[in-house]
Amino acid sequence: MRILNLLKIAFKAIVLNKVRTLLTMLGIIIGVASVIAMLAIGEGSKESIRTTISAMGSNMITIQPGADTRGPARGSGGDVQTLTLKDYEAIKEQSNLLSYITPVVNGGGQVINGANNWPSTIYGVNPEYLSIKVVGLQSGSMFTDIDVQKASKVVLIGQTVVDNVFPDGEEPVGKMIRFDNIPFKVIGVLEEKGENTFGQDQDDVVIAPFTTVQKRILAIDYLNQVMASAISEEDAPEAVTQVTEILRTQHKLMDHEDDDFSVRSMEELISTFSSTSEMLTVLLVAVASISLLIGGIGIMNIMYVSVKERTKEIGLRMAVGGKGSDILMQFLIEAILISITGGVLGVLLGLSATFLIEQFLHWPTSVAMYSIVISFAVCAVTGIFFGWYPARKAAALDPITALRYE
Amino acid sequence: MTKEIIKIEDLKREFTMGTEVVHALKGVSFSIKEGEFVTIMGSSGSGKSTMLNILGCLDQPTSGIYEIDGVKVKDLTKNELATIRNEKIGFIFQSYNLLARTSAIENVELPLLYNSKVSTEERRARALKALEMVGLGERLHHTPSQLSGGQQQRVAIARALVNNPVMILADEATGNLDTRTSYEIMTLFQELNRQGITITFVTHEPDIAMFSSRTVVLKDGAVIKDAKNNNIQSAAAELAKLPKENH
Ligand SMILES: Nc1ncnc2c1ncn2[C@@H]1O[C@H](COP(=O)(O)OP(=O)(O)O)[C@@H](O)[C@H]1O
Ligand SMILES: [Mg+2]
Repeated sequence: MRILNLLKIAFKAIVLNKVRTLLTMLGIIIGVASVIAMLAIGEGSKESIRTTISAMGSNMITIQPGADTRGPARGSGGDVQTLTLKDYEAIKEQSNLLSYITPVVNGGGQVINGANNWPSTIYGVNPEYLSIKVVGLQSGSMFTDIDVQKASKVVLIGQTVVDNVFPDGEEPVGKMIRFDNIPFKVIGVLEEKGENTFGQDQDDVVIAPFTTVQKRILAIDYLNQVMASAISEEDAPEAVTQVTEILRTQHKLMDHEDDDFSVRSMEELISTFSSTSEMLTVLLVAVASISLLIGGIGIMNIMYVSVKERTKEIGLRMAVGGKGSDILMQFLIEAILISITGGVLGVLLGLSATFLIEQFLHWPTSVAMYSIVISFAVCAVTGIFFGWYPARKAAALDPITALRYE
Repeated sequence: MTKEIIKIEDLKREFTMGTEVVHALKGVSFSIKEGEFVTIMGSSGSGKSTMLNILGCLDQPTSGIYEIDGVKVKDLTKNELATIRNEKIGFIFQSYNLLARTSAIENVELPLLYNSKVSTEERRARALKALEMVGLGERLHHTPSQLSGGQQQRVAIARALVNNPVMILADEATGNLDTRTSYEIMTLFQELNRQGITITFVTHEPDIAMFSSRTVVLKDGAVIKDAKNNNIQSAAAELAKLPKENH
């Protein structure tokens, strides 16, 4: 009953000062909206990295030459030549935690079909590649181990390559194309995968037997990468350790020497990227929190003005029986109402902004329930914290002094 | 014997202004019985407001005894004083002191908002009744800026009545009003007094004092005269005698 009356009084005061209240709320609104939107962007990119990586095969393990420098910006081994086919064979023979394994060599070049040409990347692999990457075929079939042995000039191509070198919608399977002037027979088209999180077009690929790519195109005798699949996701970390051991023995590394290769599971990759985007999220939230703080100071400021302006009103309320605690509660409730209403509007604005970002910028977003809950809690606390001091001041007024105030 | 609503003995109030001490009240004693209509007179600065503020529990005396309705005010806490103001006293100010942009009925409801024993329905009903008593039953939703000075003071009187106080205290309640409106307000006070409400009325206009049953005159913080008025005038009759207003 009592609290309901106070709510009514506070609500009335807010309604009587609509514009001012709205301006006061602006800080809170912007603060909350940016917290919500920033977290949604952060969460969205984290989630999308996770799905992309999972789609790439969550038990995938990659082995690259050269010391581990960690970080996503790293290339695929570059010119480091410490990984060879012998390493691949040793791993394949000795590891019991891998279900599939393939050597990988890759290089860029022009795909040419008559007058159409298109720059793309060719990956030399073995038939197990499809199982490791979890990618199927739209049409045709994969090359075989025999093709690998004979270094056959056959390729499979991704949808982007199809679109660009077969623009008229012809069926590519069975046609001849050239890659860097070497003729290849197209024997299959890969399933479409679209862009991954990093904006890479996963359909802009040409796949051929690694022997063919190694000898006929790149003319190298080392490997750019070895890719494998652990028996299960749970086995992946142990498989990483096992492969590392095998390679250290293979490379005759002494105990004090660092690895001259790096072995990574997808799980590690996920956490590398997640921690980067987490850092980003923390930064974004820090910025947003500052605006929330400024919003809170705005509330304190306006409550001060309000208490000063309404000193006579406070005196009257006391004269007709309002207790100090009633006055305190009135102003506190007013501050909380302002901040909570600002919070609600901020959440709505944040959600709208998130929606627009998703619609027009095509950034992945994901609104986390906890961000809404936290925003509300922060708003209420802001209201109490910044409303307390001015309210306290109002409550401590002496009725007769307040009544006399001009 | 009628009950004593107010009893003060040797009441003193001093204000310290830097090094100077102002003796606003220098030992005032009197009592007011239930049903009386007392006018407190005196020139400006004689201590009328100071005394009324103490009687209204808005201010505390420096020394002396003050009892309202049998309760010694000196021993009360701030919150208990607020309750006394809420339940026993109706205070009326010279400048009305209504809440701006707030309707008449909501202004009148204000004291009841601070009384948790009164329900929302009862609050509305009592405010309505009080406004009808002061003749503003038709102006419930007008805000102060939409009312004349006399009407605003009527709203303030209704607000003072709404808690069924044991006593109404008015500080120069007609000070801002013209003669006609002042007499109208005095007619209302006389009517309320006839219904049994105790009224203490501060003024410095002698013609207002003739409507009350007793006059206490203050000078320099002391009572110089306290006399029964044996010739109480009817404010309604005086009002009728005034020249008619030109419309
Ligand atoms: N808060 C105050 N501080 C200092 N002096 C005061 C205060 N209130 C009243 N006084 C002094 O007390 C005396 C009586 O004032 P007041 O009661 O307001 O007179 P009245 O209402 O009869 O005109 C005056 O001299 C006035 O200056
Ligand atoms: Mg005065």
